[in-house]
Amino acid sequence: MNPATNSGRALPWALVTPALGWTLLFFVLPFLAMGFSSLTAHDGGGFTLSNYSQFFTNPAYWQAMVNSLQVTAIVTLVSVLLAYPFAWILAEQVPERWQRLALMLAVLPFWTSYVVRSYSWLLVLAQNGVINRALTDSGLFTEPVQLANTRLATITGFVHFFVMLLTLTIFANLKQLSPSYRKAAADLGAGPVRTFLHVVLPLTLPGIMVGAFLTFVLCIGDYITPQILGGNNELLMPQLVMMQIGRRGDFPLASALSIILMAIVTIAYLSCARWLKIERA
Amino acid sequence: MSINMKTMNPLSVLKSHLRAACAATALLLATGSLVQAADLNALIWCDHADPALLQPFEEANGVKVNVKEFEGTGAGMAIVEQSQPGDWDVMVIDSIDIPRGVEKGLFEPLPEDKLPLADLFPQVKMDSSTVVDGKRYGITEKFGYNTIGYNKTKVDPADMQSLAALTGDKYKGKIAIYDYYLPVIGMAALAIGKKTAELTEADLPAIKDELLKMKANAKLVGEVTASQTALATGEVDILVGGGEWVTAGLAKENPALDFSIPKEGAVLWSQSLAMFKDSENKDLALKFIQYIMSPEGQARLATSSCYWGMPANTKAALSDEQKKILRFDEQPDFLARAQSYPAPNADLDKKMQDVWTEMLQAQ
Repeated sequence: MNPATNSGRALPWALVTPALGWTLLFFVLPFLAMGFSSLTAHDGGGFTLSNYSQFFTNPAYWQAMVNSLQVTAIVTLVSVLLAYPFAWILAEQVPERWQRLALMLAVLPFWTSYVVRSYSWLLVLAQNGVINRALTDSGLFTEPVQLANTRLATITGFVHFFVMLLTLTIFANLKQLSPSYRKAAADLGAGPVRTFLHVVLPLTLPGIMVGAFLTFVLCIGDYITPQILGGNNELLMPQLVMMQIGRRGDFPLASALSIILMAIVTIAYLSCARWLKIERA
Repeated sequence: MSINMKTMNPLSVLKSHLRAACAATALLLATGSLVQAADLNALIWCDHADPALLQPFEEANGVKVNVKEFEGTGAGMAIVEQSQPGDWDVMVIDSIDIPRGVEKGLFEPLPEDKLPLADLFPQVKMDSSTVVDGKRYGITEKFGYNTIGYNKTKVDPADMQSLAALTGDKYKGKIAIYDYYLPVIGMAALAIGKKTAELTEADLPAIKDELLKMKANAKLVGEVTASQTALATGEVDILVGGGEWVTAGLAKENPALDFSIPKEGAVLWSQSLAMFKDSENKDLALKFIQYIMSPEGQARLATSSCYWGMPANTKAALSDEQKKILRFDEQPDFLARAQSYPAPNADLDKKMQDVWTEMLQAQ
């Protein structure tokens, strides 16, 4: 054996070991522990599938998943619809020298705490908040409208956050797009709308899908926003998981619910995997 | 040459670095545990994190009190289970949950002769929970009521003398519900004429109906901060499950907030202090418990910045104004009308939580 060859083989392994170790320690092992826990009884009994069967047989638990999927789908769709034109304006309409500043301003809300941002929305949407004051003072409504502590409030809080995230991914994709594509489309007689629909949009689909997937994953697993803004008028999956831990410390059921949530995320990943592949030169 | 090759091998380099890192970590941990050994480590609720409460004890004993806040007995027990024996010295816990800790072998019996038990309000000693097999494992330090908190300038105080006001049409959309299933289920039980100490699974359908009626009138179901904020900002006028723990701390800024003990009664909550069996600082832990139970400690705990509550010790050194805000002199009447916190067994507890989940999901 040539020592130099051995050394050459060992180097990549040495470089990848920290990442593998990290993944093993902070993902694989906790995941296995969670899987094991989900198959045990809360009272310390042996193997059981009852934690999973509870989810499928209790309509209130099942409803939490339906609520989560509905909220996540709406948030993802609305965020994409708002972020795309915003990213397009930044990439196409804002002069190159101002783009960095504009992008920084666009992501400025990222700099504030997530919790503070959610409570701020609660104040804005409250009965005596800015929006209700404007609605009643302008005479559009005689009584304040219930905006806070609703699903709408939860969606608003989420969209505010995820539009920024999606703007970044779509902006990056738009900037990578060579101007030659548009020129070629124009040479072939396509107008701006047709060029956008048949050239720009399909080519920026990976950026949209990456952002949408990130939005989906972060949104469906978020506890803070629905807890603060939703007023517990309906439960989402993360809230249901937390409920099992608070007083009763039912970690097996919480684990089973978390694994079901993870399965949904995995399905979402597989659905858009073709757009999430890393391009290799 | 072979030595040189070994030195050049990245895996060997990594291995030696890992060894060095492990040694450094072990050293740090050893140093850390030495530092911790001289301190008092307390698992607490937020009212114990107030520097005004902790500083006098720290200064008097020349120690540092390291605190970790948690919410819910389950979460607290999980922290203990994930810690090393001896990591924690004392714990604040729902009085009704002390037997859970004893069953897990966590707590140390407390010396009754060194605690001011005779000075406590008799009704809050909670011996059925704090004494197990003849040994005292906890001492009630603070209590209060889960009842009706309200803004007296927005609602008719006379209406707040009955739990029926919570399900009628008059205050629809003006109500928030405190998001903790045990006390609010207790209130629903009181509303339908049940005794909180005698609840069984057979009572749950009627309790659920009552909860659903409350939910239909409610704008939100919120945890401590959310429900407190909703009442304080005028988002709602009534808080189901509220009491002095919501209104007293806000009395200066918002004197319109008050609470009632309706004719059907209220649910008595109480929190206790327990000492860990594996504590390495049992003497200091006992000193801490004695300090919290002293008239001065009780006054500071009762008026903690996180939330106010009634001190368990009748001799708490509260000012006249503080006593007035806490309605100290009315306690004998309140206690006579209050019912105990529901203390279900594990099976009924789970079913109660499921009823609560169904209530939250109801539209």
